[in-house]
Amino acid sequence: MNVSIASRQLSQRVAFGLLIAATAIVVIAVLAIVLKMLISGSGAISWEFLTQAPSQAGKAGGIFPAIVGTFYLMLGTIIFALPVGVMAGIYLTEYARDNWLTRIINLAIVNLAGVPSIVYGLFGLGIFVLAFNFGMSLLAASLTLACQALAMTITTSREAILAVPREYREGSLASGATKWQTVRHIVLPQAKPGIITGAVLAMSRAAGETAPILVVGAAFLLPALPQSPFDQFMALPYHLYTVAAHVPGITDSTMWGVALVLLAVVLSFNILATIIRLRARQRRYSS
Amino acid sequence: MKMNSELLDKKTAMNNDLKLSTEGVNLYYGNFQALRNITLDIPERAITAIIGPSGCGKSSFLRIFNRMNDLITGARVEGRIELDGINIYAKSIDVVELRKKVGMVFQKPNPFPMSVFENVAYGPRRHGRHNRGELEEIVEKSLRRAALWDEVKDKLGQSALALSGGQQQRLCIARVLAVEPEVILMDEPCSALDPVATLKIEDLMRSLADNYAIIIVTHNMQQAARVSDMAAFLMMEKDRAGVLVEYGPTSELFTNPKDKRTEDYITGRFG
Repeated sequence: MNVSIASRQLSQRVAFGLLIAATAIVVIAVLAIVLKMLISGSGAISWEFLTQAPSQAGKAGGIFPAIVGTFYLMLGTIIFALPVGVMAGIYLTEYARDNWLTRIINLAIVNLAGVPSIVYGLFGLGIFVLAFNFGMSLLAASLTLACQALAMTITTSREAILAVPREYREGSLASGATKWQTVRHIVLPQAKPGIITGAVLAMSRAAGETAPILVVGAAFLLPALPQSPFDQFMALPYHLYTVAAHVPGITDSTMWGVALVLLAVVLSFNILATIIRLRARQRRYSS
Repeated sequence: MKMNSELLDKKTAMNNDLKLSTEGVNLYYGNFQALRNITLDIPERAITAIIGPSGCGKSSFLRIFNRMNDLITGARVEGRIELDGINIYAKSIDVVELRKKVGMVFQKPNPFPMSVFENVAYGPRRHGRHNRGELEEIVEKSLRRAALWDEVKDKLGQSALALSGGQQQRLCIARVLAVEPEVILMDEPCSALDPVATLKIEDLMRSLADNYAIIIVTHNMQQAARVSDMAAFLMMEKDRAGVLVEYGPTSELFTNPKDKRTEDYITGRFG
C-alpha cells in the first residue's frame, strides 16, 4: 500500500512538473523575444527614427512612412472587414436557418481562416489589382487583408452575438419588438465589446502581415506618404523583410529597431483588445 | 366537457365576455406532440391558472397565445386559437401586433441590462414613442401599476440589474404594462422568488385582474388556489404529454374535482 501511494505521489509530481515546464516555456519564449528586441533594437529608436523618411536604402533616416503605412493599412482593413463581418455574423446567428447551405457557409468561414496568407496575396493581385484595376495600392492591399480578416471578424461577431442570453431576446420579442429591433437595441449593444475585441485583434494581425501585401501594393523605400487610396505605401513588416534580406551593410540595431516598433504596434493592439474585454466583463459582473 | 362548459357559462356571465379561446389545439415539436386536442375558453378580467406536473406542456400551452413557439424551429400548431374571436394564427395576423396585445412575464426575471427607466420605456420606444415627457408619464404610470414606483422612483437611472429579484420581476411586469396589453401571460413568475416577494407579485396580479385577462402557469398549487379564478389541470400520461384533464372555476376544481387524476394531483398523491 505504502509503495503504491509513494509511486502515485511521484507520478503526480512528475506530471505537475511537466505541466509547469510547458507553461514556463511559453512565458520564456515571449519574454525572450521582447527582451531581444529591446536590447538589440532600442539603440536605434530615436525621435528621428520614428518621424523621418528612410534614406540610403533604409540604412539611414527613419521609418515614419512605414509606420504611417501600417496604420493606414490597419484602418483600411477594418473599414471593410468589420461591417461585413458583423452583418454576416448577425445573419448567421439570428436569421439563417440551420440547413445544408448554412453548414456549407460555416465550413467556408472555417476554411477562410486556414488559407495561407500568400494565397490571399495572389487572389488580391488577380482581383483587386488587375481585374478591378485598383493597381498596386493601399486600397487593393486593404481589401486583400480584409478578405483575410473576415474569417476572424465573422467568427468573433458570431460568438459575441451567441453569448447574449436568450432571455433578453425573448423579453424584447415578447414586448412586441421586431426581430431587427431586438438585434439593434438588445443584441448588438450586448455583443459590442466582443465584436470590438475581435476587430482590434484582426487589425493587429493585419499589421503583421507581410506576404499578401508584397504583391498588392507595399513598396520598398517610398519616402512620400500615400496621398490617396490608390497610392503605393510602405509597411513595417515588409520594410523589415527587405532591409533584413536585401540591404547589405545595414546595422543590426536598425533592423532590430524596425522589429521593435512593429512588435510594439501589434502588442499594443493586443493589449487594447484585452483591456476592452476585461472592462466589459467587469461591467457585466458589477451591475 | 359538458360540465366544464356549463361552469364556464356561469363564470363568463359574471365577466360578460371571453378573451381567448382554443379549440382542438395540437402542438408539435418535430415528431413530439406537446399538446393534445386542447379546447378551453379564457375569461376577460380574471386570472386563469394552468397547473400540472413538470413537462406536461404548461409553458408550451402558454406560449401559443403570443406565438412565442414560432421561435422554435420545428414547432407546429394545429387547431384554432382566438383572441376576441379572431384567429391569431391566421396569415393576416402581424405577430408583432399580437405580442403588443398579449404581453409576457417570464419564469426568471429578465430585465434588460439597462436603466430602470429604459427597461420600462423599451416597448413604447420600439412602437414609435420618443417624446421624453410622454415616456416619463408612461414609465411612472406603469411602475405605479406594478407597485414598484415608490421603491425605484429615486433610482430610475440606475441599472435594473441592481434591483432585488422580486423588484426585477415587478419591473418586468411594468415593462409589459407599458405596452398597454390586453392579456398578460405569466410563466411561473414567482418560481425564482422568496415568499415575501411572491406575495407581493400575487397581490399585484389580483389588482391587475380588474383590467386584464391574466393566464398564469404555476407549479405551486397553493398559489393557483390563492390567486386564480379559473384553473386548468394539464397532465402527461405515460408517453403522452399535454392532455387537458379538467378545467373549471378554481374553487370547484380544488374542492370538488370531477376527475380522479385531478384529485390525486391536488392532494399530492403524484407529481
